[in-house]
Amino acid sequence: MTPTTTGHSASLDFAQPEPVDLKSGKYVKVWQGPQHPGITGNMSLELVLDGDTVIECRTHVGYLHRGFEKLMEQRTFIQNYPVVCRIAVPEPAFNEYLYAAAIEAISGIEVPERANWLRTLNLEMMRLASFLMWIGGQGGAFGQYTVANWTLTYRDYVLDLFEEMTGGRIYHMYMVPGGVRAGLPAGFEKRILELMDTTGKLLDQVERVMYHNVVFKARARGLGIIAPEMVDPYGIVGPNARASGMRRDLRKDEPYLVYDRLDFEVISGTGCDAYERAWLRLQETRLCIRLIRQIIAGAPSEGPFQADMPNVLHWKVPAGETYVKAECTRGEYGYYMVTDGSEKVRRVHVRGPSYTHAIAVMERLAVGTNIADIAGLMVSLHTYPPEIER
Amino acid sequence: MILKDLLSPFFVWQRAFEKPYTSIRPIQERPGAPAYRGFHINVSEECIGCGTCHTICQNDAIDMVRVEEFEGRPGDSGLRPRFDYGRCCWCGLCVDICTTGSLRMSNEYTWVTADPTEYHFTAGVEATRWQDNPLGYRRAEGYHLYPPKRIGMEMLAPEEGVCSFDEVVKGYSEVQAKLEADRCVECGICVAACPAHMDVPDYIRSIRDGDYEQGLQQLYRTNPFPATCGRICTRRCESVCPVGIQGEPIAIRWLKRFIVDQVAPEDYSRILGDQPAESSRHVAIVGAGPGGLSAAYYLRRKGHAVTVFEAQEKAGGMLRYGVPDYRLPAAALDKDIDHIVSLGVEMRFNTRVGRDISFRELLDGYGAVFLSTGLSVPSSMRIQGEDHPRVLSGLQVLADVAAGRDPGIGRKVAVIGGGNVAMDAARVSRRLGAEVTILYRRRIADMPADSEEIHEAQEEGCRIVTQAIPVEVVEAEQPGQVLIRWGEAEMVPDPKGGRPRPVLQEHCMHIDGFESIISAIGQGSDLGFIPADLQEQLAIEWGKFKPGDYQHTGLAKVFVGGDVANRTADAISAIEDGHHAARGIDRFLDRDQAD
Repeated sequence: MTPTTTGHSASLDFAQPEPVDLKSGKYVKVWQGPQHPGITGNMSLELVLDGDTVIECRTHVGYLHRGFEKLMEQRTFIQNYPVVCRIAVPEPAFNEYLYAAAIEAISGIEVPERANWLRTLNLEMMRLASFLMWIGGQGGAFGQYTVANWTLTYRDYVLDLFEEMTGGRIYHMYMVPGGVRAGLPAGFEKRILELMDTTGKLLDQVERVMYHNVVFKARARGLGIIAPEMVDPYGIVGPNARASGMRRDLRKDEPYLVYDRLDFEVISGTGCDAYERAWLRLQETRLCIRLIRQIIAGAPSEGPFQADMPNVLHWKVPAGETYVKAECTRGEYGYYMVTDGSEKVRRVHVRGPSYTHAIAVMERLAVGTNIADIAGLMVSLHTYPPEIER
Repeated sequence: MILKDLLSPFFVWQRAFEKPYTSIRPIQERPGAPAYRGFHINVSEECIGCGTCHTICQNDAIDMVRVEEFEGRPGDSGLRPRFDYGRCCWCGLCVDICTTGSLRMSNEYTWVTADPTEYHFTAGVEATRWQDNPLGYRRAEGYHLYPPKRIGMEMLAPEEGVCSFDEVVKGYSEVQAKLEADRCVECGICVAACPAHMDVPDYIRSIRDGDYEQGLQQLYRTNPFPATCGRICTRRCESVCPVGIQGEPIAIRWLKRFIVDQVAPEDYSRILGDQPAESSRHVAIVGAGPGGLSAAYYLRRKGHAVTVFEAQEKAGGMLRYGVPDYRLPAAALDKDIDHIVSLGVEMRFNTRVGRDISFRELLDGYGAVFLSTGLSVPSSMRIQGEDHPRVLSGLQVLADVAAGRDPGIGRKVAVIGGGNVAMDAARVSRRLGAEVTILYRRRIADMPADSEEIHEAQEEGCRIVTQAIPVEVVEAEQPGQVLIRWGEAEMVPDPKGGRPRPVLQEHCMHIDGFESIISAIGQGSDLGFIPADLQEQLAIEWGKFKPGDYQHTGLAKVFVGGDVANRTADAISAIEDGHHAARGIDRFLDRDQAD
């Protein structure tokens, strides 16, 4: 039960290790996945073990490839809007927002104030739901299924609110290019504030039961150490980077929507390990609650929520190119879009943080880890394979 | 490791006494949120089958299928959306784009059946248990996927317009036209409603593409009077435009005008193509109105020689002599006519059939004859004193003004009638400086005139007195004056379900003095040029022809069209009659030649 590794050397040696002689009988090669416990989705790890220590890790993706980027080139701009949310299943809202924002940036569409507030609310609710699910996943990966049941239930309560607000629980399809599809239903503010109160209490209990749990501490501390020097060369973003001492958050550094009007500080830590990342995400979850309270207090309850839009049936977005980004739960999420003035998009590239976290970072951090902690390590990087395979 | 960390896991018991999240028994179905995007509801009575749901669906989950019950309804394609729940992703864009608001979603989301073909269903036609569910996703107020409001048209201010015969409608700029063209949802309901079946979505698309030459070609495929119809068409297309159901219809008429305004007349022959080989057949056309010239145009396009006989000194018929310049400037009409004549149509002006040339000569001398003589005889009010010299006909007043003559209406005028001729006569009178009162038997809502015409007449200062029945024209004491006695009418519902009839109230009579009374209550035909024996064969009823297929009559060589042969009596119907007759004449001549 003691940590099997201290995150091995932090030196940035990208050289390929010597191949292991599998025929020697000293090593065992196992496949983990593509079905994983927890929330890591469909992805495979090819692990070479020496005893129960991983000495080599190869990641395999492709089990979820649905060709979204290519698909989008064959559909009109409005027809892509119900497609993009499927790119990251547990966090569809960031895709919706960035797809809309990219089109708006190229077309010069000015989104009404109220829509920006509602979008921010939607994104923070999304972040909250995603973190609640993540806490459950991390707990589950270390055998703490009780906590997983608690937080997943509360995630469902957030989904209930999404259902009221947008008409859908998972795929909200709310942030249409030009604004949002509707205002808030009657009594919504009251219900969400009540949920924030109870969720806050739940998080206190989660903290006591899971974060102060001796087992959790023992297994997560020292696991998957991301040294600060690794952050930039590996393109590590979000809580994974912030837990290694980086104070980077797009909400603060390059504010979008209404984040410049919300009062919050970037949360960071210096522990660099899985425990620090988990701790940081708990604080981020609490930040979501504070931000949602601020948004509910600040959002205008009247006014337009959609810009004057052209007819979407033959909408030609002017030729242009843009990269828009937002801070999702796992860091910088970006959409690179090229349009050629026709009714269809020329190219979309989706930049999800999971690409580097789940492939390059995982392959490095796995080495030297006890096989029993691999699932916990994967969850601690908070990756969603669907966004690797757009 | 500290003691607290060892004890902390035991705090899970803290929540043990909380109310459980899940209910084990009884299993209750949890309803979706009030705005949940569940199964589709279509109120098929409200649906018009425009197909925008089908167009927007990104999964091809919606097919438009024929539903017999709705076929043939005006402004309805007779199609209804059929959903394939094997493809649907419940995004609800179909609900957002629905032009009528008939398509909705219920908040129901469970549907268990052993027969998977049931998941392929026509909502609102096949019974579903959620069809009447009042909850579920609806398009929110203030959210649109196409602009519901029309791009405003710049017009002369009423006080400015009334001072001259300048065109009131100024026309769209290129930017405005493109924005307006962008609103079109391309459903094609308008194509069916247009008497000439013009390719409306196609020519509107050519505006969006900025290809006005292609637009002109599309216009001329079905209508050789686009400059005219772009100004004065009765635009049945707009009355059925689905965008008008929850917003304002596309300004189809003004977009048509915009295309024509973009192309110079000298480019017409290059754009519209070469003249085909001559056929050696010759067709006589009587009447150079929209019907006659439309037939002439399409017959020339087929290579037949055409001679048009016109009693007036210029072509255009009622368009020239019945529609004032502020609605249809002569230059616009001439643009259309000049192109038709330029194809080599022989025009014989000041030639009245029956006076200058006999009808039999036409029958004997030409391979076919097309009659579109229009309605030129004003209807009688059938009241005493109608022959008073101060009682003028609306048609005569308009013709005088069109020809540049003074109609001599005086300073205070009563116009009798509620049709377009009445509105035109009234507004012309305002421009000649007269104070105008319009007397109409029924209510404003019953007026056959275009609602815009009525509105503009009112704005220009015409007073409309409704439910007023003229009873008698009386000689006034002062010279140059005339009195009209009229009574108030009460609207009595028609027991047969027709429109209410005005019934004179004998005790509510009025008498007013005017300098002239302009009667504009309708017009009839003058078919005296046709010999009596032939009239029988032509089956004329109430002064109108009743043509068969291809506008053909009982006389082998004779085809008819325009106001004298249709019920609607408007330019676009006459144009279609001419086009249709040209197809018929072409077939007739070919058959004739083969024999």
